[in-house]
Amino acid sequence: MNGIHDLGGMQGFGPVESEANEPVFHDTWEGRVLALNRAMGYARLWNIDMSRAAIEKMPPDLYLTRSYYAKWLLRLEELLIERGLIDADELAAGHARAPGKPLPRKLAAAEVAKALTRGSFAREPSAPARFKVGERVRTRNMHPATHTRLPRYARGRVGTIECVRGCHVFPDTVAIGAGENPQWLYTLRFAGRELWGESADPSLTVSIEAFEPYLEAV
Amino acid sequence: MSHDHDHDHDHPHGSELSEMQLRVRALETVLTEKGYVDPAALDLIVEAYETRIGPHNGARAVAKAWVDPAFRRTLLADATAAVGSLGFTSRVGDHLVAVENTPKLHNMIVCTLCSCYPWEVLGLPPTWYKSAPYRSRAVIDPRGVLEDFGVSLPAETEIRVWDSTAETRFMVLPMRPPGTEGWSEEKLATLVTRDSMIGTGLAKRPGAAAP
Repeated sequence: MNGIHDLGGMQGFGPVESEANEPVFHDTWEGRVLALNRAMGYARLWNIDMSRAAIEKMPPDLYLTRSYYAKWLLRLEELLIERGLIDADELAAGHARAPGKPLPRKLAAAEVAKALTRGSFAREPSAPARFKVGERVRTRNMHPATHTRLPRYARGRVGTIECVRGCHVFPDTVAIGAGENPQWLYTLRFAGRELWGESADPSLTVSIEAFEPYLEAV
Repeated sequence: MSHDHDHDHDHPHGSELSEMQLRVRALETVLTEKGYVDPAALDLIVEAYETRIGPHNGARAVAKAWVDPAFRRTLLADATAAVGSLGFTSRVGDHLVAVENTPKLHNMIVCTLCSCYPWEVLGLPPTWYKSAPYRSRAVIDPRGVLEDFGVSLPAETEIRVWDSTAETRFMVLPMRPPGTEGWSEEKLATLVTRDSMIGTGLAKRPGAAAP
């Protein structure tokens, strides 16, 4: 969706402000929110693209003004309520009012090390890759109302295939429960001027990781 | 949330964070009582990110690449395998890519759509990496972003920005600073900053770091 999360190329947000010796968490609740998200993600009630989509659907004013982990908290509460695993009254009371539902799997302390390893998103291809390294392709001018990983600044632009990264779970379908639908993934490189016009820095190139359905032959 | 709770008035960060503490505690309590989460597992996750998983892991890989040409070649060809061979607590996923800075090319990593970041080698991303200013500007004005970090590169240096729009994760192999000939891997690793592995900084010069 053309949501507020799709920030690439926007102007007016001001300078990047880094914090010297930034702690991993600014308060203990941030660490708990991260851990709760990881533990519930492990349960396989939703996948990573569904959880990204849940953040993207947040009202723009909340998205821009809530801190990162505050958004993770809102997202987790929403996913849990939406799927009927908890209800809003329980959250308000701070206690369960009914027993939990069975989970596909539950993260035990002994499995934490394993759970912190990133999963693999590579899948067996069902067809050969359509594009080759060095080929010029155009990204589609597409505006799905659901989750996609093709940023707006890189739509309808011509770039060069730099690398074929294998065949991967397709976020656009897996995010809406329409299956993994594995697709070839490419590193697609653009000249700065193709993205930003004549005034672009001539020394700039930008690449995205582009799934094959985002691309068409030039 | 309910605003009827007693606020934790002696909390050092004020009422907003106290409210967040209460709200997160409420959620954790509900999930624990329902049998969805084990608080001991949550403790271990927090501990792992606070202690073991951080940029010191990436710094080890960079320092090794600076002294060991075979490791450098493997890192650039298959970063997952190269970093995996170092035996970190949290093994890397299978889509890690290392990109090399040279005098002619400077790489910078961003995720314009969310906050994708190579957690296994760099830990959790800093707040600025997840912020709107960085995510919006990195792809259109990376030299301006570098200025915010006090870094100025020659006009002819190619700037390559990698937008992490899939599960591929990127880390930068920064240039080895001059004046470090004969240094051990351990000593070199002290020069490798987190920002130098994101591409918003350069490795420290000798003298800027404790030997």
